[in-house]
Amino acid sequence: MGPVTAPVEVEPTTVPDETTQIAKPWVTIVWNDPVNLMSYVTYVFQKYFGYSKRKAEKLMMEVHEDGKSVVSTGSREEMERDVQAMHEYGLWATMDRAE
Amino acid sequence: MSGFQRHRRSGLVIANFTGFEADLLRSLAGQLVELLRNEAAVPREDADPLEALLDFSGPTQEPEDPVLARLFPTAYPDDEEAAGDFRRFTEGTLRDGKAAAAVTVIETLEDAGLPRELTEDGLMIDVELDEPTAETWLRSFTDVRLALATRLEVEEGDEARWAALPDDDPRAQAHDIYEWIGYLQETLVDALSDGQGFED
Repeated sequence: MGPVTAPVEVEPTTVPDETTQIAKPWVTIVWNDPVNLMSYVTYVFQKYFGYSKRKAEKLMMEVHEDGKSVVSTGSREEMERDVQAMHEYGLWATMDRAE
Repeated sequence: MSGFQRHRRSGLVIANFTGFEADLLRSLAGQLVELLRNEAAVPREDADPLEALLDFSGPTQEPEDPVLARLFPTAYPDDEEAAGDFRRFTEGTLRDGKAAAAVTVIETLEDAGLPRELTEDGLMIDVELDEPTAETWLRSFTDVRLALATRLEVEEGDEARWAALPDDDPRAQAHDIYEWIGYLQETLVDALSDGQGFED
């Protein structure tokens, strides 16, 4: 039996577990604005995301009536790409962690 | 004035404008380019009040130009560092893209016969756009409308305020131009949706 050593103190990790972080998706949110035409917003959702007209209109109406809508989900990198695309189209978009 | 239409046979998106309208579109696109490329434009002193309102090529009093703030909104409202990183990596590209789109509008108009300086009365400009060019016009119209709306402080449901202004008020005239571009954009979306083969 060797010499008795003091137990090693392990620092509690402050960084979330890698796996949890990857698994937790992000969302792209489009916000209502007084400028963009409803028809244009619908067009952008169809064109960029490839959504059906029905889905695009539904999302557009949510933006229009609720003030905002989640239009896509995915990894952080994917959402940054989507937000940038929305800004190219002149829509007002932000991103956040999914609830 | 019928705005944009899809030409059945060629598939092109076409519109015709008076020389005055084409010149106005060119002027608006040109100012957008100036704003995007050069933030230190000198304000004009003797400008016609309507022109001054349409002139969004110069910086405003605030340190951050509200038009640019609207064209490049923050992606992370609650995370300043992430927002800064995102902006650092994307704003340049966005800025260049929007400037290039506005340049395309100008070039299309000039290719269609709009002279450097409009002197002729009764000149008509026929614009024919293939799909990619039509989409570029569509995005550029959005940028121009965002710029105008920011300068005019357009808000949701503010129609009554605009209707109440006298016809000769430069702000009312600028707002009419803003609405006209909105109309053009509406017709352009329709014409583009027509040929896209979008899923129903």
